[in-house]
Amino acid sequence: MGSMQILPATASSHAADMDWLFAALVGTSGFILLLVFGLMITFCVRYRANSKVERGNRLGRTWRLEAAWTAATFAAFLALYFWGADLYIRIHRPPPDATDVYVVGKQWMWKIEHAGGQREIDSLHVPVGRPVRLVLTSQDVIHDFAIPAFRIRQDAVPGRYETLWFTPTEVGEYPLYCAEFCGTYHARMGGSVVVMEPSDFQRWLDGQGAGPSLAQEGEALFRQYGCSGCHGAASTVHAPRLEGLFGRPVPLEGGGTVIADDRYIRDSILLPRSEIAAGYPPVMPSFAGQIGEDELLKLVAYIKSLADRTAGNTEAGPPAGGKQAGPPAGSAEKDAR
Amino acid sequence: MTTATVTGKTDEPVVGTRNYLTEGGVTLRSWLLTRDHKRIAILYTLSITLFFFVGGAAATLIRLNLVTPPGIFTPDVYNRLFTLHGIVMVWFFLIPSIPNTMGNFLIPLMIGAKDLAFPRLNLLSWYLYMAAGLLALFAIVIGGVDTGWTFYTPFSSMYSNGYVVLALAAVFTAGFSSILTGLNFIVTTHRMRAPGMTWYRLPVFVWSNYATSIIMVLATPVLAITLALVAVERLLQVGIFDPALGGDPLLFQHLFWFYSHPAVYIMILPGFGVISEVVPCFARKPLFGYKFVVWSSITISVIGFFVWAHHMFVAGISLYAGLVFSLLSYVIAVPSAIKVFNWTATLHKGWISFDAPMLYALGFIGLFTIGGLTGLFLANLAFDVHVTDTYFVVAHFHYIMVGGMVSAYFAGLHYWWPKVTGRLYHEWWARIAALLIFFGFNLTFFPQFILGYLGMQRRYFSYAPEFQLWNIFSSAGASVLAVGYVLPFFYLGWSLFRGQRAGANPWAATGLEWQTSSPPPTHNFDRTPTVTRPPYQYRPEPEPQDV
Amino acid sequence: MSDARREPWPDPSPEPQYATMAQQAEAASFGMWVFLATEVLFFGGMLLAYAWARGSFPAGFAEAGRHTKIFIGSVNTVVLLTSSFTMAWAVNAAEHGRRRPTAWLLAATALLALLFLALKGVEYHQEWTEHLVPGLNFREEGPNAHAVELFYFLYFMLTGIHGIHVTIGIGLIAVTMVRAWRGAFSERYYTPVEVTGLYWHFVDIVWIFLYPLIYLVGRSGP
Ligand code: HEA
Ligand code: HEA
Ligand code: HEC
Ligand code: CUA
Ligand SMILES: [Cu+2]
Repeated sequence: MGSMQILPATASSHAADMDWLFAALVGTSGFILLLVFGLMITFCVRYRANSKVERGNRLGRTWRLEAAWTAATFAAFLALYFWGADLYIRIHRPPPDATDVYVVGKQWMWKIEHAGGQREIDSLHVPVGRPVRLVLTSQDVIHDFAIPAFRIRQDAVPGRYETLWFTPTEVGEYPLYCAEFCGTYHARMGGSVVVMEPSDFQRWLDGQGAGPSLAQEGEALFRQYGCSGCHGAASTVHAPRLEGLFGRPVPLEGGGTVIADDRYIRDSILLPRSEIAAGYPPVMPSFAGQIGEDELLKLVAYIKSLADRTAGNTEAGPPAGGKQAGPPAGSAEKDAR
Repeated sequence: MTTATVTGKTDEPVVGTRNYLTEGGVTLRSWLLTRDHKRIAILYTLSITLFFFVGGAAATLIRLNLVTPPGIFTPDVYNRLFTLHGIVMVWFFLIPSIPNTMGNFLIPLMIGAKDLAFPRLNLLSWYLYMAAGLLALFAIVIGGVDTGWTFYTPFSSMYSNGYVVLALAAVFTAGFSSILTGLNFIVTTHRMRAPGMTWYRLPVFVWSNYATSIIMVLATPVLAITLALVAVERLLQVGIFDPALGGDPLLFQHLFWFYSHPAVYIMILPGFGVISEVVPCFARKPLFGYKFVVWSSITISVIGFFVWAHHMFVAGISLYAGLVFSLLSYVIAVPSAIKVFNWTATLHKGWISFDAPMLYALGFIGLFTIGGLTGLFLANLAFDVHVTDTYFVVAHFHYIMVGGMVSAYFAGLHYWWPKVTGRLYHEWWARIAALLIFFGFNLTFFPQFILGYLGMQRRYFSYAPEFQLWNIFSSAGASVLAVGYVLPFFYLGWSLFRGQRAGANPWAATGLEWQTSSPPPTHNFDRTPTVTRPPYQYRPEPEPQDV
Repeated sequence: MSDARREPWPDPSPEPQYATMAQQAEAASFGMWVFLATEVLFFGGMLLAYAWARGSFPAGFAEAGRHTKIFIGSVNTVVLLTSSFTMAWAVNAAEHGRRRPTAWLLAATALLALLFLALKGVEYHQEWTEHLVPGLNFREEGPNAHAVELFYFLYFMLTGIHGIHVTIGIGLIAVTMVRAWRGAFSERYYTPVEVTGLYWHFVDIVWIFLYPLIYLVGRSGP
């Protein structure tokens, strides 16, 4: 049987902030409760039906009181709102030097892949003191990756990439849960997050057997699925080169730009028609249904790894808009059939 | 409220044969084909009580399972239990609870009308409700549903192996019952008021039900169509919420919460109405800030449509959406605050007595405030990241729905019992039940706040051993609560047959419903009343001595 | 009004809950307005889903839109608009207490509605033979197949539910027509005709929204 624990372990850079926010919320509410309950109890005792206390001179001018408490409530609310919003924004802005770890949820387990190709199931090893960014997705239904000791969580939604970041601050082992109902063994879908000293972590990584890294596996898939046939240097198809793509703004056909992030790359592979890079014919076939979530992650990792390479070939260059005029709209129609 | 003085009728023997229970026959047929809003209210009360016990039985089993960490049921059984509990409690108990029972009974009486505008529609609404309820029970009996009351896709549409389509059909049908009721109330409030019953002379109970009806009419259809889309998607195994086709599961959540957040106000506004009747009556004082209370209800029903995505802070909505929806959630809490302060101010310099309805009402204010304040915790963006989908959320909504709304339901039930049945119940038993419910409730649900912050996730059939202590408290509390809820069954049942006759106005209350005999005649008033005064004209002296 | 005396039904008195006939009439038409507000949101949910999907897959929706049967769709639009016209005329006739014309015009409205349904049936049949029905026999290749399938999913939901509304409308109109024929209405009381008319115009307006969303996507431009 458990003890009278009332706070979970505190093991990430967000955790202390969250506990302060909690304290502020409890403090404000406590004050309100004291005020409201205090008044109610005082009135109930003082003005009970058989008490003879003086009741003349009742409160008039209701609207003044109303305005006063409305304004006071609103002010208190705004303060709490800004506090929470500020922390939320920080929770959603990973630092640039965060290491990526890829997470795929499936009924009822978490599959985790490190950038070096190390794999684990239902556990996540991370070094203490270094920011980690998780890229989450799901293979079937919605799951949710929750680590109470870090005070963070995020849904893993099929068909999307969501991210989550944290910096662990205490070495130890912390429970990991699935927090979105996902079927029969929802309650069993979890494991632990192991925070290690960086040196131990390195040793752990090495001990996992140095297979090919995610990006290397991705490169193999890139050839296997024929991507290189169009996107490769030798290709004759008018397709954008992917070197230097990641993280850059991409102008789109029909106006607008998007930042080439994980989601964009993923959508480019599965739903190439949804956002077409300006100046290119929409000839890329959809790979939806052919490439599984694991493989997608590898392809994305590979394309990411090309981010700091520049295109050797000047013909296409980084996809900052086509140099050649796009084909007439008519041919696009034809191609789409 | 009217020209006539309301007091002094207490000891007149007004129960004759001319009341709605006996007029028009007592056969089953006369009840099942009735168009009298009061009889339909009784039909609703009976059926809602049935569903409350079905939902309560599921809750009992849930708490039983959670006494030990591994649990006693198989995962599939547990998942079906909380789904059944959620669906039954929300759609077959709480949403229709006050509007369809007391609202049905009282709105025409309170505005001085002979009936609702559309009596046949009213009866149809009950039949739809029953059809829906039986469909839901049927789905449960043949195997159950395991999606949770929220039916999230793609789990519900592609993966679940329960009878999802049947359950969706049940909720869909219940939705139409709710729409018809809302429509009837809106038209009745606009068109059927007695001469002199201006908008600002309406009791707050009528206003609250009016605000509720707006939500019923405008939000429920969105739920209906969303559930229909899910059902078709499940039958055909393709559709708009399925990511395999490029569909979007979050679209479902947006549409679902577009209904279900306003729906939480369907579940609380009528409660506000009851409390606004009971508190002035037992404090013998006019309601403080009548217009503010009225307009805060309307404000809630309008802003309530614009905060839905606060259920999706970790679901993958954009940062900006999060910022906006959080702010709006804080804004909508302001009108609730206004109400709490006005009820408190009503107590000031009153002549307060603590009969059972008042005990429930005071319990309501306290528990609703706690539930509402923890709602603000959840509306707080960062904080929600830590506690969403934990027992903190479970505790939040039970504080409001059970601590708040069920208490309000009991407050109203006791307050209008003499009017509805013409009998008095045993006051002391009623007080004991009220206290039991209050303490049992807190013991059940307060530990869940702590569990949530500690990281116990909801919808778990088994949990880590370190959470056990708090779970034991919670289950112990639930047993007390169960006793508290079963007690009224006995003393109210007893009162039906043996209770002392109540006069027309046992509480010496104002309000047109107390002007007519108890139980009222089928056509409510012998002569259509004319209203000349605003509501809650309680006299600043102890009553009811004067005649 | 000469045949008012021969009416099988007497001049109506209000239902017991109402004080006057005027109150009853007001309540009925106000009730229909509230109901239509519900309906707007009922279709609104689906239109939102449509907007989201079309925004996500403009190319696929354009492609799917080109498979729709614009000829039948256009004829049906004309049919429904005409029926709205006959309906409005029927209400006008009822307002002036003209019993027979009211009934005839209602009959015309119902027939046009039936024609609409028949044409819709032909259209569905063609779509079935072209394998455009998602989940049952959908067969479509090409890069946009998924988006086309989503389009047709929404198409069948939207037109199916609209069709149910038309069917209910036909029932309402038929009942009103029989009552009109039997002389249940007069200048003083024709609320049912009016209310049925309101409903019918709404069904028509929904179609006016559906028509461009279904038949005109992918057909604008070159
Ligand atoms: C009757 C039902 C009801 C009511 C009225 C409310 C009212 C509120 N709810 Fe609640 N809520 C639910 C039922 C309800 N809720 C349910 C069922 C769920 C879970 C659904 C599920 O996932 O299954 C939920 C979940 C839920 C969430 C999502 C949690 C999550 O899943 O992560 C949020 C987040 O914002 C929220 C917020 C609020 C707020 C801000 C209010 C406000 O309206 C509360 C306003 C009231 C007050 C604030 C109290 C009185 C105020 C004062 C005395 C003022 C003084 C205060 C100060 C100055 C600070 N609720
Ligand atoms: C609207 C109303 C409502 C009401 C009134 C209640 C009432 C109660 N609820 Fe409910 N609850 C919900 C709405 C409600 N709940 C919702 C919407 C969910 C979310 C579901 C989901 O996740 O999808 C939920 C989920 C929920 C959970 C979380 C389950 C989980 O996430 O795993 C728990 C756990 O303790 C719980 C407990 C209780 C208890 C102890 C009561 C008590 O107050 C009940 C007391 C009543 C009685 C006890 C009745 C008395 C009857 C008897 C004594 C007869 C007993 C007969 C037999 C045992 C045969 N509820
Ligand atoms: C038939 C040729 C072809 C094949 C095969 C192909 N692509 Fe493409 N791809 C293109 C064209 C043309 C574009 C630009 C138009 C567009 O955005 O759809 C493109 C765009 C992209 C983009 C977006 C780049 C930008 O600049 O916006 C990514 C990422 C991408 N492809 C990845 C892949 C991957 C990964 C594969 C293999 C799994 C692949 N492609 C296979 C032709 C192809
Ligand atoms: Cu995975 Cu819950
Ligand atoms: Cu909400």
